[in-house]
Amino acid sequence: MGNEDAVFYSRVLTELTLSFHIIYATIGVGVPLMIMIAQWIGIKKNDEHYILLARRWARGFVITVAVGVVTGTALGLQLSLLWPNFMELAGNVIALPLFMETFAFFFEAIFLGIYLYTWDRFENQKKHMLLLIPVAAGASFSAVFITIVNAFMNAPQGFDLVDGQIININPLIAMFNPAMPTKVAHVVVTAYMTSAFILAAIAAFRLLKGSNHIYHKKALYLTMKLGLIFSIATAVIGDFSGKYLAEYQPEKLAAAEWHLETEEGAPLYLFGVLKDGKVKYAIKIPFALSILAHSNLHAEVTGLNQFPADEIPPLYIHYLFDIMVSIGMWMTVLSAVYVFGKWKGWAFVKANWYRGFIVAGGPLTVIAMEAGWWFAEVGRQPWILRGIMRTSEAATTSGQVNLMLVLFAGLYLILGIGSIVVLTRMFRRNPVEKELEDRHAEIGGDLV
Amino acid sequence: MTHELIGISVLWLFLFGYVVVASIDFGAGVFNAYSLLTGRKHILTNIIQRYLSPVWEVTNVFLVFFFVGMVGFFPKTAFYYGTILLVPASIAIILIAIRGSYYAFETYGSRGHKGYTFMYGLSGLFIPASLSIVLTISEGGFVSIVDNQPVLDYWALFTSPLTWSIVVLSLAAVLYISAVFLTWYANKAQDQKATDLLRKYALIWAAPLMISAAGIIVELREHNAEHYARMLNMWWLFGLSFVLFLGTVWLIWRRQKYGLAFGLLAGQFTLAFFAYGISHYPYLLYPYLTLYDSFTNEAMAVALIIAFIAGLCLLIPSLWLLLRLFLFDKDYVRGKS
Ligand code: HDD
Ligand code: HEM
Ligand code: HEM
Repeated sequence: MGNEDAVFYSRVLTELTLSFHIIYATIGVGVPLMIMIAQWIGIKKNDEHYILLARRWARGFVITVAVGVVTGTALGLQLSLLWPNFMELAGNVIALPLFMETFAFFFEAIFLGIYLYTWDRFENQKKHMLLLIPVAAGASFSAVFITIVNAFMNAPQGFDLVDGQIININPLIAMFNPAMPTKVAHVVVTAYMTSAFILAAIAAFRLLKGSNHIYHKKALYLTMKLGLIFSIATAVIGDFSGKYLAEYQPEKLAAAEWHLETEEGAPLYLFGVLKDGKVKYAIKIPFALSILAHSNLHAEVTGLNQFPADEIPPLYIHYLFDIMVSIGMWMTVLSAVYVFGKWKGWAFVKANWYRGFIVAGGPLTVIAMEAGWWFAEVGRQPWILRGIMRTSEAATTSGQVNLMLVLFAGLYLILGIGSIVVLTRMFRRNPVEKELEDRHAEIGGDLV
Repeated sequence: MTHELIGISVLWLFLFGYVVVASIDFGAGVFNAYSLLTGRKHILTNIIQRYLSPVWEVTNVFLVFFFVGMVGFFPKTAFYYGTILLVPASIAIILIAIRGSYYAFETYGSRGHKGYTFMYGLSGLFIPASLSIVLTISEGGFVSIVDNQPVLDYWALFTSPLTWSIVVLSLAAVLYISAVFLTWYANKAQDQKATDLLRKYALIWAAPLMISAAGIIVELREHNAEHYARMLNMWWLFGLSFVLFLGTVWLIWRRQKYGLAFGLLAGQFTLAFFAYGISHYPYLLYPYLTLYDSFTNEAMAVALIIAFIAGLCLLIPSLWLLLRLFLFDKDYVRGKS
């Protein structure tokens, strides 16, 4: 296998592992917060339904965490195995957040273990809920730290490169790079948003399947409210991300928007096709790109013509960006109408077709999240460390990457199918109605 | 102490933590599978699940901590070991992944598959075997530098008696550590049958442990004379470790003070592990890579050490809480809550 092959397969394997891990990781970041909110409401309102909601979510969560943990372990090792040259350089400058991440994991893992096995061990339910704080904090902080590493790859700083030697290293400056604030905020908030809509989709699915239990209705209303809040936050921070790109990675923004020539008062194109250097069949929103990039109708936006041809990322990222933004907007509207409609007592938000949309919203949000990552990562190409190291220089020289790719693809297939089968079986065998009855029998029926 | 030494000591300590905690885990899986094979499943299953369920994720983090910290403190290892280890480490990861996730699927999801119990047990043997290869490689002699790239000679590696002695040692250690710990745990749980069975396993695995350890020292004389000489200089540490080993076996044999027996075992492995580590000094990969020429810059080193101390302040109380709730809580151990 030549070195070009090694680079190619290393890329594919990295893409595969990351795309798979991120699904479970996102759930891992968002769901503990949702469990905490549900349990808190349950305690405050003394409502058994919310407590049970927290319980059932937590049970499913264990399965997704397990897959998140093992794929994350694979990812952590793979970074060194597939990109040894990059990690040697990165290790010198950005190892600090990577190292801090392991403490966040430790913290999360320990308290998750305690939380799961102590449901009925505390007299005071509140104490048990408090155990979730370190779980949720640990999960969110692991996202924060790893995203800082990724931000550094987009906007490296905190060192000087002199004759191929790195000197004057400052780990803190490397961490607090310009990409960090928007990137971290967007990633964390989208994780909450994705988790809320996945949980909403499950509740809507149960209702669609004919259950009329108040439990599912409460779950749906709660998660849609949370989803609305987080999708608005996502859009706002996404807008800031666009402004960050305009300033620090203009080639990524220009490629995403098919903004070919530098111009003032730039329009935004949605979808369409690129033919002979012209954008066709696109939805054109006048001035919108200038607003996204600089909050100003007439501001000048740098176009692709300003960059050398070998430093322009693949132009298909345009579609990835559009997919992400369209889904983001759609979910904001869908949840806003639902919440408003519930408040006003509109009947159609309870109709089956509307619930059908909510069910579809779960997978859609996951697609938005994947599209966002692909956009951000492919949009950084050809660089692995923007402006400093090319992806092609970073890869391993080992000849067996293609074989490893096959093995890992098999692994993810097994894990993916396994986790889905186990989750559906777990909840089908133990429906809410039955569990509520069991609990009443246990407690004596004086609750609710 | 230089920063290099602080760094490697911290990592070695966490690797040691992983070795002990993971050994208990791996060994338990093996015993469980074995007892299913011989029709004694119910004796062990409860004990093993009570202990393992709350801690498996924590075990995994010890490993993650080690390799992330390694790249942080010694970035050049990413280049050398990253290039060489693609195949063995990938295989280990895949095994760990299947083991970890199926553990969760089985424990929290659905129960039952026999085939699964065997796979689970087998993976507990293959994972330590494949991880221990890294130690073998670090002794040198299997890696050469071609066009500025390190290349691993698999043929030499797999035909070397040193490789296989280290594999055998890792397996014996896994089973021995696990059996001693679980004997203590079963005894605390007042499960007489399980205690007797595990005690027997502990005694059985004591001898292979010592034989393979002695074997490695002999192999090393041929393989890496420098390392061998440094080990001889520290004979007293190894000797002390051996005395502690005898203490453990004695207590287990006499059915006395299983807790103390495990304490002595911890002492035995700490001494041997650190004596081995110190004698390995200063090489990370003999003879290409030492602590000193692979070390990160001063600024990063200081930052990592500060982060480490801050992290420990969070970690130690949490670990203590975990142990108190699940290991030292009488009701939990006995299955009353
Ligand atoms: C549920 C998922 C989701 C949704 C609905 C959105 N995003 Fe997003 N977006 C992400 C999930 C995501 C992400 C997966 O979290 C990314 C990938 C890398 C990153 O930093 O965040 C991302 C990256 C990302 C970037 C690139 C940042 C960079 O490369 O540094 C921009 C400019 C936006 N987003 C903008 C938006 C806008 C204007 C949205 C309008 C609603 C939007 N995103 C919705
Ligand atoms: C978890 C969400 C992430 C996803 C889904 C993701 C996805 C991707 C994709 C699709 C590429 C391929 C670009 C191309 O080859 O054209 C890529 C590149 C890369 N990403 Fe990310 N990324 C994520 C986060 C990260 C983070 C946090 C890091 C670093 C700590 C990272 C490290 C890399 C590396 C080393 C490459 C270069 C290899 C390559 O080009 O495939 N990624 N990533
Ligand atoms: C190159 C990128 C990444 C690497 C190297 C990586 C590494 C890891 C590792 C080693 C673990 C297992 C930790 C354990 O043993 O408990 C893990 C789990 C996890 N990762 Fe990643 N990760 C990456 C990307 C991400 C991203 C982008 C996010 C968040 C958006 C994320 C969030 C998580 C979370 C929350 C967990 C805990 C498991 C769970 O709760 O599901 N990771 N990751």
